[in-house]
Amino acid sequence: MRGILFAFGLMLCALPALAFDIEATQDFGPEAPLQRLSVLSTTDTAILEPVITAWLERNPGLGLRYVMASSQEVYRAIAEEGAAFDLVISSAMDLQMKLANDGHALALPADLVAGQPVWARWRDLLVSVAQEPVVLILSDSALRAGEEVPRTRRDLIALLRDNPERFRGRVGTYDPAESGAGYLFAAQDARLSDTFWRLAEVMGRLDARLYCCSVDMIEAVRAGQLLVGYNVLGLYALAGHSEGLTVVELEDFTLTLLRTGLVPRMAPEPEAAVGFLRYLLSQEAQALIARGSGLAAVEAAAFERNPHLRPIRLDPGLLANLDPVSRQRFLAEWRAAMEQP
Amino acid sequence: MARPVAFSLRRRLVGQLLALAAVLALVLSLAVRIGAERAAQATLDAVLGSAALALAEEMRAEEGGVVIDVQPATFSMLAAMGEERIFYRVDIGGQTVTGYGDLPLPEGLPTTLAPVFYTVPFRDARIRVAAVARSLRVEGRASPVLVLLGQTREGQGAIAARLGWQAAALGLAVFLVAIPLALLVARSLTAPIDRLAEAVGRRGPRDLRPVRDPAPRELLPFVTALNSFIGRLRGTLSQTETFIAEAAHHIRTPLAVMRNEAELALRQSGEEATRARLRGLIRSADDAARSAGQLLDHATVLYRADQADWARLDLAEMVRAVAARLAPASEMKDIDLVLDIAPALPCEGDAVLIEAALRNILDNAIKYSPPDTVVEITARIEGETALVRISDRGRGLGGAAPERLLRRFRRGDNVGDVTGSGLGLTIVEQAASAMGGSFRLRAREGGGACAEFCLPLV
Ligand SMILES: Nc1ncnc2c1ncn2[C@@H]1O[C@H](COP(=O)(O)OP(=O)(O)OP(=O)(O)O)[C@@H](O)[C@H]1O
Ligand SMILES: [Mg+2]
Repeated sequence: MRGILFAFGLMLCALPALAFDIEATQDFGPEAPLQRLSVLSTTDTAILEPVITAWLERNPGLGLRYVMASSQEVYRAIAEEGAAFDLVISSAMDLQMKLANDGHALALPADLVAGQPVWARWRDLLVSVAQEPVVLILSDSALRAGEEVPRTRRDLIALLRDNPERFRGRVGTYDPAESGAGYLFAAQDARLSDTFWRLAEVMGRLDARLYCCSVDMIEAVRAGQLLVGYNVLGLYALAGHSEGLTVVELEDFTLTLLRTGLVPRMAPEPEAAVGFLRYLLSQEAQALIARGSGLAAVEAAAFERNPHLRPIRLDPGLLANLDPVSRQRFLAEWRAAMEQP
Repeated sequence: MARPVAFSLRRRLVGQLLALAAVLALVLSLAVRIGAERAAQATLDAVLGSAALALAEEMRAEEGGVVIDVQPATFSMLAAMGEERIFYRVDIGGQTVTGYGDLPLPEGLPTTLAPVFYTVPFRDARIRVAAVARSLRVEGRASPVLVLLGQTREGQGAIAARLGWQAAALGLAVFLVAIPLALLVARSLTAPIDRLAEAVGRRGPRDLRPVRDPAPRELLPFVTALNSFIGRLRGTLSQTETFIAEAAHHIRTPLAVMRNEAELALRQSGEEATRARLRGLIRSADDAARSAGQLLDHATVLYRADQADWARLDLAEMVRAVAARLAPASEMKDIDLVLDIAPALPCEGDAVLIEAALRNILDNAIKYSPPDTVVEITARIEGETALVRISDRGRGLGGAAPERLLRRFRRGDNVGDVTGSGLGLTIVEQAASAMGGSFRLRAREGGGACAEFCLPLV
């Protein structure tokens, strides 16, 4: 049975034309492994590579196929295509929540779930494997001599408003209409503080540029096209060389995104998936991720040390983010704030 | 005697209490479970309903469409109660605008702004749904709006189950505490029975008074039955005694009349042959009367031996009395009764039996002795017993084995013209053994017989 399931899983993976768009596929482990775990993820292969290698070393005979796709495609693959993956890791918390809420996730073993802090899991279906702060990045040339690095949104608003000629066209942020993550951050910002709308107005007046992805924003800042990048995922900001720019965790609050993992109900090898997930959550693997990529480990203490860090709540409240009608209304409001006369 | 099948009231009581408590614990658990489920359902419904209402009420039509504000906080709150899953659906004019289009509709559509609740299976779970209807003016026309908000209720079930288990545990604990209490109660309940049994068991064998010991009302039927049984027993016994007395009377009286008539006839008759006949008749009547007396004595001994109605008495005193009673008979034959009797011989026994035994022994000694002889009567302590020895210089046992002479209606070969029924020694032997004593008859050295009657000393 297991063999058949496995073969079936392989067949699905090997199908040349999957119904969803894949960005990259990489096989780890031996050529012909006894068992191959297939992981669908939004995270760059390079970031998880050391963990995968370490895990395969501990489990000789196993192989791992790592498929990378965008968060929308990851969601579609599981919810609509029923693709045979054993583990799904995504940074789109809302989509992952919807998968779990709608019954696409398999219950994880109690001991694995019990070890996780309450904010880092939902029921026994969804667990956080990494956390990343959503930060502000400043080009070194953004500040004149004597000017202080803004520590809060209020500071940032003041800085932008007081120097319109310096920042016009040189402020960037996510386009919430285009990016799921951008929408999630904007909605969370709006929920947590009124300053968001004032910031949106200020950025609109400065003809802020909108981006689909963090990487592009960081590149633009590094290249000098942008002076300020707002709501940038910490992971990407810190991953590259950070000379020439400053990373700021705003002190009024800094959203913290949780990268979450779940085992889909259709998983051909759920036990192996749980095994990998268990390793991924172990201190050793968390340390490996942190060292290699700067992706922060899931750690309750981080929030005690840094009270400004706010983990985005991992619960069905996220479903409201996905409601198309609400979304349209929010985007309309956002556009209205950005596009002022 | 076969004992009646014994069962324990106490064990039965505890068993029944156990069963009762188990049933009680179960019922309690179920009741609490159902109650908790209802209460939890009502509470959660209220929250769910108000969330659905809020969602419906905040909808409004603007240019370019209907504004629906799905608040993350609402979902967070609904899900927080036991980490439930959330599903929703908004229909406007029969068209699903947002949410889960396959969420089942209620059976009857709600008419006012009051939510309607129902439970349906959805996806792989059972969900509780609140449905709220209202109407909205969209582009100048009133359109019906239906808002469905559903959540799983795993937390509710878990709470109810936990409360149910707690109630069951409580029931069980109460019941465990109840066991020793029940045992105590059972003991105090059965104590009067034990006391009554002890009081009845302590009674003497002849004590046939009705039971008057205090008894609980529930035992009164038993006590009444016992008393009526005792009453019947007493009746039967007194009937037997009366019968024996009456039988003696009925035999002796006509015999006495017959003897008197014969004596009268003897006095009046001058014919020697007739007189001889009449004398024979008188002797036979005496014989018969004597036999009847012995028979009655024998019956009395048998009856009283069974009664074992012992009392403390002085054997020496009784020997003296019997000797005094038979003194006339010995004087008639010029036989000397030589008494050597201890001052007191305390014994326990039935005076009637002892009197009958002593009388028969002494009677034999006088009867089977020739005139002008001596009968010695000694009574003294010998070891643990009181010994009465009656020795004569009569005809002796004639070589007959003494044990044979003890049998019923057995007489010796040496009796000659001495009348008797052969019951005397049987009476003696039975009386002695009934009271734990013994009787021995043997030939006396130098002629005559020696009878020894022993009773244990007190
Ligand atoms: N003192 C005695 N001397 C000689 N023989 C005796 C003596 N006592 C008893 N016997 C013998 O034992 C027999 C049985 O005695 P027992 O007293 O039972 O009967 P009974 O004297 O013949 O009749 P009853 O006493 O009933 O009128 C007697 O018939 C007699 O032969
Ligand atoms: Mg006799």
